[in-house]
Amino acid sequence: MNKRLLFVLPLAVFLVLAVYFAIGLTKDPRKLPNMLAGKPVPAFALQPIKGRDDKGFASTDLPGRVSLVNIFGSWCVACQIEHPFLMQLAASGAVPIHGIDWREVDPDAGPDWLKKKGDPYELVGDDPRSKAAIAFGVTGAPETFVVDRQGVVRYKHVGPLNEEIWRDIVKPIIDKLRAEGAS
Amino acid sequence: MIAELGHFTLILALFMAVVQSSLPLIGAQRRHAAWMALAQPTAVLQFLLVAIAFLCLTHAFVTSDFSVVNVVKNSHTAKPLIYKISGVWGNHEGSLLLWVLILSIFGAAVAVFGGNLPPSLKARVLSVQAMIAVGFYLFMLLTSNPFERIHPPPFNGQGLNPLLQDPGLAFHPPMLYLGYVGFSMAFSFAIAALIEGRVDAAWARWVRPWTLAAWCFLTAGIALGSWWAYYELGWGGWWFWDPVENASFMPWLAGTALLHSATVVEKRDTLKGWTVLLAIITFSLSLLGTFLVRSGVLTSVHAFATDPARGVFILILLIIVIGGSLALFAWRGPQLTSTGLFQPISREGALLFNNLVMTTAAAAVLLGTLYPLLLDAVGGGKVSVGPPFFNAVFIPIMVPMIVAMAIGPFLNWKRGDLMPALSRLRVAFAVTVAAGLAAWSIYGDGPFLGVAALALAVWLGTGTLTELAGRVKLFRAPLDESLRRFRRMPRSAWGMTLGHLGLAIAIAGMAGAGAWTVESIQVMKPGDKVTVGGYVYAFEGAKNGKGPNYSLVHGTFQVSRNGEHVATLRPEKRVYDVSQQPTTEAAIHTTWRGDLYAVIGDPEGTDGAYVTRIYFNPLVVWMWVGTLVMVFGGALSLTDRRHRVGAPQRRTGAAAVAAGT
Amino acid sequence: MFRWLVLILALAVADGPAMAVNPSEVLADPLLEKRAREISKGLRCVVCQNQSIDDSDATLARDLRVLVRERLVAGDSDQDVVDYVVSRYGEFVLLKPPFKFATAVLWVGPAVIVLAALAAMAAFFRRQRRGATGGARPTALSDDERRRLDALMKDDRT
Repeated sequence: MNKRLLFVLPLAVFLVLAVYFAIGLTKDPRKLPNMLAGKPVPAFALQPIKGRDDKGFASTDLPGRVSLVNIFGSWCVACQIEHPFLMQLAASGAVPIHGIDWREVDPDAGPDWLKKKGDPYELVGDDPRSKAAIAFGVTGAPETFVVDRQGVVRYKHVGPLNEEIWRDIVKPIIDKLRAEGAS
Repeated sequence: MIAELGHFTLILALFMAVVQSSLPLIGAQRRHAAWMALAQPTAVLQFLLVAIAFLCLTHAFVTSDFSVVNVVKNSHTAKPLIYKISGVWGNHEGSLLLWVLILSIFGAAVAVFGGNLPPSLKARVLSVQAMIAVGFYLFMLLTSNPFERIHPPPFNGQGLNPLLQDPGLAFHPPMLYLGYVGFSMAFSFAIAALIEGRVDAAWARWVRPWTLAAWCFLTAGIALGSWWAYYELGWGGWWFWDPVENASFMPWLAGTALLHSATVVEKRDTLKGWTVLLAIITFSLSLLGTFLVRSGVLTSVHAFATDPARGVFILILLIIVIGGSLALFAWRGPQLTSTGLFQPISREGALLFNNLVMTTAAAAVLLGTLYPLLLDAVGGGKVSVGPPFFNAVFIPIMVPMIVAMAIGPFLNWKRGDLMPALSRLRVAFAVTVAAGLAAWSIYGDGPFLGVAALALAVWLGTGTLTELAGRVKLFRAPLDESLRRFRRMPRSAWGMTLGHLGLAIAIAGMAGAGAWTVESIQVMKPGDKVTVGGYVYAFEGAKNGKGPNYSLVHGTFQVSRNGEHVATLRPEKRVYDVSQQPTTEAAIHTTWRGDLYAVIGDPEGTDGAYVTRIYFNPLVVWMWVGTLVMVFGGALSLTDRRHRVGAPQRRTGAAAVAAGT
Repeated sequence: MFRWLVLILALAVADGPAMAVNPSEVLADPLLEKRAREISKGLRCVVCQNQSIDDSDATLARDLRVLVRERLVAGDSDQDVVDYVVSRYGEFVLLKPPFKFATAVLWVGPAVIVLAALAAMAAFFRRQRRGATGGARPTALSDDERRRLDALMKDDRT
C-alpha cells in the first residue's frame, strides 16, 4: 500500500465527519418524528374536567369531521402564549378544537384557567397521569394534532400555534383533508 | 469602566497573539533571530493582558456589577462569595475566557522556562499556541463577549444554576480546562515538529511533561465531575456515558495513548508519525469537548437556530484548526523517518498495544457520541445511544488491555520474551484466581461481570506490585538492598507503577459500585427503621431550615450495625430562592467496604413521613482513591529530573560531546 | 425569537420536584418490579438529556414508569411494553439502539475499527521486518553517534 495515502487518511476521515457534522447541526435534536402520522388516534376515554359536567373526551368522539386535538396545561408557559390564538381560531369556527388538560396537579387549576382566560375547546378531557398524552407520544405542552374524518392522525405541531403556522401549515392540511373527504 | 478595561485588554491580547503567531514563525523560517525572539515577550504580554481581562470579569462578579449582561445572567447578590467567583467560568463566555487564560499561562511558561529549547522550535511552538489563541479571541470578541453591557442595569441577577453552586462542580471546569489546554502544548510541539520536519528523542522529552501534566489535570477533572454526580444526583450513579462526559473522556483516552507512544519515540526513535498524529487527535478531541459541550451544540439545544453566528464560527474554527493540522500532517508527515526497530513482543510492542486499545476505545466512544447527529444528517431518523451501547462496546475493548497491562512492564525493551514474563506473574495469577473464586463464592448471585472485573483489578494490582518487587529485588536481595533500590527508583518508574496501581484500585471500585449496589426506597415515619446492606437506619424525622440562598429540609438517620452506632446521616433537600429549583444533597458515610448513602425526598402525608432512599454502594471510595493514586503517580513522574520542564537532553548531549573532545 | 421559544419549552418541561422511582410506584410483586426496573433502565426519558426514565425525576418519566408497571401487571411481556413505548415515541427512546440498517455502522463500526487497527499494527511490524532484513534501511545510530549528531544539528540552527 502507498505509504503517503496512509498520511492523508486522517484528513479524509475528518473532512467526511465535518460535512456530516455541518448538516447534522442544522437539525433540531429535540424534534422527534410523529409516530402516529397516518395511524388512527390511540384509544382513550378521559373524564371531564371540573366545572364542565359534560361527557369528557374520548377517541370515539373524533371520527366524522376534521378536528384539532390540543394538549395543554395551566402550568405550561407556552400554552399561555398560545391561548389567545386558540380563542381566535375557535371564534372563527374554522375547525373544532378539542383539549386534553394534561398533568394538572390541582384538579381546579385547569378549569380555573379556562374560566379566567376563555375556553376555546369543544370537548375537554382531564389527563392527570399522562395516559392519553403518552398514547399520543407527547413530550411537552403544547402540542396540537390534526385528525381527519376517519379519525386518523395526519399532522402534529410541537410548540404554540400561531397565526403564521396556522396559515402556512395547518390550514392547508385541513383544507386538503376536507377536499379529500368531499370527493 | 472596569468591564470596558477588560474588553479593551482582550482586544489588545488579540493583537499581541496576532504578532506572536506570525513574526516568530516567519523568523524561524528565515532564520531571523530577532523575529524568533519576539515570541517570548509577546507570549508574556499576552498572558498579562488576558489575566487583566479575567480579573476584570471576576471583579464584575464579586461586586455584582449588574450592568454586565454576563453577571446578570449568572449571578445574584445573595450568592456566597465562592460561587460568585466560580460563576465567572460557570457560563459560556466566562469559560472561554478561562480557557484562553490557561492557554496564555502555558504559553508564558514555555516562553519563560523553555530557555533551553532550540530557538526555532520554541518560536514555532509559541506561534502555533498564539494561532489557537487568535481563534479563541476572535470567537469571544465577535460572538461571545463576556463584557457586554446592559442598559439600564436590572436590580438583581438571575442567579447561577443551583447545580453549579457546589464545591465539586465549581472546580470541575478549571481542572478539565487545564487538561484540555495542556494538550494544546503537545499539539503545538507536534505542529512545530511537522514544520521543522524533525521529531527526535529530545522532542519526545519536551512533549511528555506537558502531556503528563495535562493528563493529570484531566484525570482529576473527570474524577471531580464523576464524584459530583455521585453525591449530587441523589441515587449514587457516577458515570452515565452522557455526551458531556464522553467529551472529556475521549481526550483522556487519546492523551493516555499519547503518553505511552511518546515513551516509544523517546526510547526507540520510531512511531514518530503516529505520535504526532496522536498529539493532533488528542487536542482536536479537547477542542470538540470545549466547544460542543460548553456551548451546548451537541447536547441541549438547536445551536444553529439559537445562535447561527456562534455555531458557524465554531464549525469554521474546528475545520481550520483540525483540518489544517491534519493537512499539514498529510503533507509533511511522510518525511518523519524512523530508525528504531522493535519486536511485536517487547516493551515497545506493549506500549503500542496500549495505543491500539486506547485509540479504538476513543474512536468507539466518538462514534457512539456523534452517531445520533450523523444519522440525523443523512435523514436516518432519531436514535439514542445510551449506556447499554457504550458498556457493550467499551468493556470488551478494555479487557485485553488490562490483562496486558500487567504483563507489559515485564517485557524487555526492543525484544521481549513472553514466557519468562508470564512465569514471573505466576504468583499474581494464583492470587487472581483465588480472589476471583472468593468473590464468586461471596457474590455468586450477583452479575458475573462484577466478579470478572474484580478479578481483573486483582490481576493488574498484583501484577504491578510483582513488577515493583522485581525491580527492587524484594526477597532476592538483602532487605536493606531492596530498601535502597526502592528509595532510588526513578520517579518516572514510580509514575508508571502508581498509574497502573491506581487504575487497578479504581477498577475494583467500579466493579463494586457497578455490580452490587443495594437500593431501598420507602416511606419512613419518624422512628421507622430499615436495614440496607447489613446496616440499620433509624429515621429520626426531618426539619426545615435555611441556607445562605436556599431553604432546606434535612432529615436525620442514626445508622448502626450489630447494635453499634456507626454514623449519623443528615441528607438535605434544598430549594434555591432565586430559581426555585430543588437539589438533593445526599448524606454519605464512607467506609473501605462501601458507602452508606442516604437521600431524603418529598414529605408523605402529615405525620412527618418522608420518602427516603438508602443505598449501600460497595467500594465506591476505591474509585476516588484509585484516581488520586493515578494523578499522584503522574505528578511524581513530572518531578523526575528527566522530565522536568526545561531540562531537556539536547544540551546535556552537547555538553557531553564537548567534554569528550 | 427561537432562543426565547427554547427557553419556554425548557420551562414547560421543568415542572414539579419529583424524584426518580417513588415508593408509591413500586409494585408489590418483587419479580414484576424487577422487570419494570430493567425495562425502565433501557428507556430514555424523552424530555431529559440522555437519562433513562428510571433515573429521571421528570414528571413525564414518572408517568412512563407507572405505565410500564401497569402494562406488566396487565400481563404484557417485556417486549410488548417496550414495543408500545416505541410505537408512541419512536426508536429514539431506546437507549440501546436495535441492530438494523440505520444503526449498522454504529454496531459494526467499533469491530471494524479494532480490526483495522490490528491490521495496521501487523503491517507496521511487517514493514519493519522487511526493512530490517532487506538491508535497504540504515542501521540505527548508536547513542553516542546520535548525541553528536544532535549537537551538530543544534549548532547548525543557532
